[in-house]
Amino acid sequence: MPTLSPLPPTARAPRGHDWLTALLKATAGPGGAAGSGADPLEAGREGARAALAHAGLPGRNHEAWRFTDPLPLTALAPHLLASPASAAPDQPSPLPAATGSTLRIHLDAPDTHARAAWPDGIERLEGEALRKAVLGSVLTDTGVEQEWAVALNTAIVPRVLALRVCGTVAPCLELVSQAGARGGVLPLRVLLLLEEGASLTLLQVHLAEGPSLTSVVMDIALGRDARLQHGLVARGVDEAALLAVTAVRQAAGSRWSQTSLCSGWGLARQEPVVLQSEGRADTRLRGLHWLEGHQLADTHSRMRFAGPEGSLDQLHKVVAAGESRSVFNGCVQVPRDAQRTHASQLSRGLLLSDRARIDTKPELEIVADDVRCTHGATISRPREEQLFYLRSRGIAAEQASRLLLRGVCEEVSAELPAAAGAWSPLSFLNAASQRP
Amino acid sequence: MIRPDAPILLEITNLHAQIDDQPILHGVNLTIRAGEIHALMGRNGSGKSTLSKVLAGHPAYTVTEGSVRFEGEDLLALSPEERARRGVFLGFQYPVEIPGVSNLEFLRVATNARRQQLGDDELDTFSFEDLVRERLGVVQMDPAFLDRSVNEGFSGGEKKRNEILQMALLNPRVAILDETDSGLDIDALRIVAGGVCQLAGPNNATLLITHYQRLLEAITPDFVHVMAAGRLLRTGGKELALELEERGYDWVDEELAAPRPASPVEAR
Repeated sequence: MPTLSPLPPTARAPRGHDWLTALLKATAGPGGAAGSGADPLEAGREGARAALAHAGLPGRNHEAWRFTDPLPLTALAPHLLASPASAAPDQPSPLPAATGSTLRIHLDAPDTHARAAWPDGIERLEGEALRKAVLGSVLTDTGVEQEWAVALNTAIVPRVLALRVCGTVAPCLELVSQAGARGGVLPLRVLLLLEEGASLTLLQVHLAEGPSLTSVVMDIALGRDARLQHGLVARGVDEAALLAVTAVRQAAGSRWSQTSLCSGWGLARQEPVVLQSEGRADTRLRGLHWLEGHQLADTHSRMRFAGPEGSLDQLHKVVAAGESRSVFNGCVQVPRDAQRTHASQLSRGLLLSDRARIDTKPELEIVADDVRCTHGATISRPREEQLFYLRSRGIAAEQASRLLLRGVCEEVSAELPAAAGAWSPLSFLNAASQRP
Repeated sequence: MIRPDAPILLEITNLHAQIDDQPILHGVNLTIRAGEIHALMGRNGSGKSTLSKVLAGHPAYTVTEGSVRFEGEDLLALSPEERARRGVFLGFQYPVEIPGVSNLEFLRVATNARRQQLGDDELDTFSFEDLVRERLGVVQMDPAFLDRSVNEGFSGGEKKRNEILQMALLNPRVAILDETDSGLDIDALRIVAGGVCQLAGPNNATLLITHYQRLLEAITPDFVHVMAAGRLLRTGGKELALELEERGYDWVDEELAAPRPASPVEAR
């Protein structure tokens, strides 16, 4: 993955210079990200801002961005999203009601965090406690600190929501952001520390209905034997972009299980980056991208086993219609110490149109010799025999196609936390019909 | 049950069909009346499965000549789903697995499509569950299979039971069962055959495609047809199946090698 520093010096202005400069300017000083005092992010911010200003936007010469050009971001308003209250006509669509078994936190309404009724087992960290809570160490350990999507977030994000989890937390924690129809950039940063033996169900929801960029960095540390069931539902529109980095450090005996469903965004990039720092942990990744029109979705995952007997079970699916494009790059690193690692990675693409494109690349770096690592990638068309079978039972072609697509998606969506049901995670199927 | 005055359900006349420019059917003639059970036998590659798929409307096959009338209507003009809704049912030799699609949901959507055609009310989830649980008895199927994905991970026997369960729910006028007996052990064969017998009645008809006499011991056919080289070579009663069991198909080669008779063998 690219870092900001090794870019060759160039006489030309960095890519996206004007937009980045305007964004950095808009987020500097009082009211912006910088200079808000007692700020745990302050240490990294100036470095990130300088690096960003120097490097500009990644281009084709960055291997990790080779197929994904972030240049369309420069069409977005280069300032932070105004708060919903000050933009009344652009109020986002109403959200589904939170149920009794969920605790909903609006990431984009930080003034509500202090008032939230945090359940037993969750403690919000502020000030000194936050500074001590290894903020950023996961980003460093997983090696993503310098990466562009993280640097952009660090450069402009005004605050961090930091939570420490002890024991078993009963309600599902919902972390929700809603960019609405407003234009601008919405940077979000969450630090989640699960102490030894802690257990949490987390549902992350990002919605956008207008020309905005949602930039979210999740910084997650799982202590020994901790369990995190993690759902991610991201639903955008063609004018909206999502850059989501989830950096996870897992201690021995821990289990991180993430299921993500992503649809509608003009540009969506997800980077789950995992470090099993001692091995002997379980990582389970399930991802689905649904793409239409000219949308582009990119998943760059990276898994590193720094100790023995770790496991990874990864399934990445994409359904691409129209002239959309999907990129998957799944890196699995098994160094010498990671003996008896058991890793499986499967990427499955379904092309619904002749003009859609799927680029998929497993990247296995295996040095240890006593391991079981498998990977596979398939790209297919809807199966005619399945379609005929359904039609031969009186089900119209269009409905049969929908049923088949639902089947493809439900293999992933079935693993979302139960609370995700309220967000209609497969609503994109209702609009979809059989495409040429 | 042969009733010469029973209405004709299916009338196949001089049917020629091909796949990928490869002709398979070379003039099939067959008439099926209400109440009848027909058995279609023949070697692999004789065109039996092709006939079944052409009747169900598989898009890979092209009809180049001839006609098929179903209850007086031009069957070939209808899409596969319209044929099914009107009451043509194909039991697949290899039922297709559809991961992620719940068997129960699939059965409900299919049943409601047929009910709509018959002018019956659509069934909601609860009423349908009642119906499907009752029909499960026809094939002695474990209700747990309803909660699984369509045919996914089913054994050969379970898949065939699921086919007959669909037949029981869709209540077809003409059921074409393509090698429903293949891959079944004795018990499963008995159950599946028992299901077919229960569903056969005076107002519907069954076309059984099979290699073996053993299915016909459980389901007595009114007519047995022998297919070879894409046409029906000979038609007889159930004794023809016994004869085939004894003599095998070698005589077919001799008959095919002999000059065609002036008037082709007429299948009823």
